[in-house]
Amino acid sequence: MSKILKSLLVGSALVAAPASQAIELEVTHWWTSGGEAAAVSKFADAWNATGNSWLDGAIAGSGGTARPIIISRILGGDPMAATQLNHGRQAEELIEAGLLLDLSDVAEAGGWADIVNPSALLESCTLDGKIYCVPVNIHSAQWLWLSHAAYENAGLDVPNDWNEFVGSAGALQAAGTLPLAMGQQGWQQNLAFGAITIAVAGTEAWREVTVNKNAEVAAGPEYTAVFEAMVDARKLASESNVQDWNQATNMVITGTAGGQLMGDWAQGEFAVAGQVEGVDYSCLPGLGLNDILDTGGDAFYFPVNDDPAITAAQKELAALLISPEVQVSFNLAKGSLPVRGDIDMSSANGCMQKGLKILANGGILPSGDQSLSADTQTQIEDLMAQFWSGDMSAADAQDDYAQLIKKAD
Amino acid sequence: MTVISDPLMHPTKRPRRLFKNLMAKLASIPMILTAVVVFVGGTAWTVLYSFTGSRMLPKTNWVGLDQYERLWSSDRWIISITNLGIYGSCSLVLTLVIGFSLAACLDRKIRFESAFRSIFLYPFALSFVVTGLAWQWILNPDFGLQSVVRGWGWESFVFNPLNDANTVIYGLLIAGLWQGTGLIMCIMLAGLRGIDEDIWKATRVDGIGTIKTYIVVIIPMMRPVFITSLVLIASGIIKLYDLVVAQTGGGPGLASEVPAKYVIEYMFRAQNLGQGFAASTMMLCSVVVIMIPWAYLEFGGRKRG
Repeated sequence: MSKILKSLLVGSALVAAPASQAIELEVTHWWTSGGEAAAVSKFADAWNATGNSWLDGAIAGSGGTARPIIISRILGGDPMAATQLNHGRQAEELIEAGLLLDLSDVAEAGGWADIVNPSALLESCTLDGKIYCVPVNIHSAQWLWLSHAAYENAGLDVPNDWNEFVGSAGALQAAGTLPLAMGQQGWQQNLAFGAITIAVAGTEAWREVTVNKNAEVAAGPEYTAVFEAMVDARKLASESNVQDWNQATNMVITGTAGGQLMGDWAQGEFAVAGQVEGVDYSCLPGLGLNDILDTGGDAFYFPVNDDPAITAAQKELAALLISPEVQVSFNLAKGSLPVRGDIDMSSANGCMQKGLKILANGGILPSGDQSLSADTQTQIEDLMAQFWSGDMSAADAQDDYAQLIKKAD
Repeated sequence: MTVISDPLMHPTKRPRRLFKNLMAKLASIPMILTAVVVFVGGTAWTVLYSFTGSRMLPKTNWVGLDQYERLWSSDRWIISITNLGIYGSCSLVLTLVIGFSLAACLDRKIRFESAFRSIFLYPFALSFVVTGLAWQWILNPDFGLQSVVRGWGWESFVFNPLNDANTVIYGLLIAGLWQGTGLIMCIMLAGLRGIDEDIWKATRVDGIGTIKTYIVVIIPMMRPVFITSLVLIASGIIKLYDLVVAQTGGGPGLASEVPAKYVIEYMFRAQNLGQGFAASTMMLCSVVVIMIPWAYLEFGGRKRG
C-alpha cells in the first residue's frame, strides 16, 4: 500500500489526486483579515480542484493567539492535517519530539533546493538535513510608508530615505501632523527597532548581533548610533496613542501622520482604502538607506499522522502549496513575495516590484524569527515596549539589549 | 471524637468505620481524585518543572534557581508585581468601602430599592473582556469622557488615564471597581438584612447614632460576610488578567502588566515553560503567604473560642 502511494506521490503529486479517494484535510492558520482570507481561499480552491477537500481551521487573532492553540493541539494528540507557522525556530522542539512530518522526499521530487529563493527559507525548514515545512511566502519588515497628503499639507516633497524623513519632521509637526505613527505594542516597536538597526548600523553589525549573538558588537558604537536614532524616532512618535498596527496605518492613509514603519503587509490596508502607490502613498524598502529586506514569512507544517492515506494527502498538499500557479495567485492576493524566483509576478504593484527587485539582487537577510528564539524575541519586545513608552536613555537601553543578546541561545 | 476515645473499641472495628457511609465515600471519590491529582498534583508538577530549563516542551534538564534569578531581575516582572500590589490594595479597600456604603444606603429602606440593586449589580453580569473594552472606549481621550466634557465647553478638561504610564493602573481600577462592587454590595446587603431588628431598637434606646451603630455594632456582627467578600475580592485580584488584556493590552509600554499575563506570555508566546512556571510558583507563594496566617487566625482561633 505505502509503496503504491509513494510511487504515486513521487510520480506526480498533482495529477495523482483525482485517481485516489477524496480526502479532507483540516488546515489551521491565522489569516482572518479581508486580504488574508482572500489569499488563503486561493490555497483552498487549488486543493479542492484536485478532488480533495479543504477544511478551513482559521483561528481568529494574531499569531500570538493562534500559535499556542496550534501547538497544544499537536502536543495533545489532536493534530490537524496541516498548519501555518512562521518558519524559523518556533517549531524546533516539535520537530525534535518527532511530531512533524518529514517532507524530504517531496522536496527532492519537486527540486525545492533549486527553486526556493532565497535558499535561507528552506534552510529554516531544515533540521538535521531533513525538511519539515513548505515556505509559502516572504514578508519583510523594513518598510517606511509615507503619506503624500501629509507632505502636501506641510508643503514638502515626500522624503526619499529615513534621514530626510527625520529632517522633515519639524515641518510636519508645525503643520499639525504627527510625524511617525506607532502602535503601542511591543512587536511593532521591536519591528521599528529592527528596521532602524538595519538602516543605521548596516547589515554586517546586524548579522553579527542577531545571527552570531555577539554581545560586544551590541554594546559597540554601531549600536550606540542605532539607539540614538531610536531616541529621535521616539520623539517623532511621542504623540501617537493608537494600539493596533492597522490603526497606525490608517493615520498614514488619512494623512494625520507622516509615516509609519511597518512590514509589507501594510500595503493591504492601502489597497483596501483604494489608495495608489506613488500617488497617495510611497513605500521605502530598507527605509531608503539600504536595499535590504529580511525574509521572514509563513510556512506550512504537517503534523505526523497514523493514517497512511492522510500522510500521502499531506505530502500532496505540500507539493501543491509551492507549485507555480498557486504561488502566483496566493501571493498576489496576500501582497507578499513568492518563495520561488522562477515565476511571473509582473501583475504585482509598485511596492511588490521594489521588493522583488531587491530579492532578485540578493539584498536579503534572515528574519529575527529565524535567528532568535521566541523567548529572546519576547524579552526584546518587552525592552522595546519599555523604551518607547517611557524615557529610558539610549545608553540604558543599549546595555539591557546587549545583556539580552549575551544570554540569547 | 467519641468513637476514637472509646476505650472499649477494638482494632478489628476499624475497617467497619472505613465502610461506614460507603456510598457517600464512593460518591466523593471523583472529587477527591480531582482535588489531589489536578490541584495538588498539578501544582507540585508546576513547582518541580520551574527548576528546569523547559522551553516549548517540559523537559527535566535541571537548572536550579536560574529561572527565579532571571524572573526577579526582569523589569517586567517587577512592574507586574508592583501593579498587582497597587491594584490589589486599592481594589480591596475601595470595593469593601463602596460595597458596604451602597448596601447601607439601600438598607435605609429607600424607594425603588430593587431598581437600584439591579443597576448596581448589572455590571457584574458582564465579562471582564466586555468591561475592559467598554472602559477603554469611555476613557479614550478622542471619543470618550474627555471629548464629551470638552464638547460641553470645558476645553481644558484632561482625563486620559490609559495613555499615561503613571495612571494607567488607576484606569484599570475604575473598570474593576465598576464591575465588582455590585456583587459585594449584594452580599453586604444580605448580611445587613440578617441583622436582627432588635439590635437596631436596642441601639436606638441607648441613643447611639446611625453611623456609629454601623461601625461599632453592625460591622463586627457581619464578620462572616466580610470574610466571604474578602475571599471573593482577593481571588479576583490575583487572577487579574482578562481585564488588562481587553482594556490596555499591558500598555502603554509595560505600564499595566500583571503577573498572570507574564505567566501566560512566557509559557506560550515566548515558549519558555520554565520561566512561566517560575512566575506562577511565585504567584502561588504570594497567595500562600497571605492565606496561611489568615487561615491560622481564622481556624486556629475558633478552636480556642
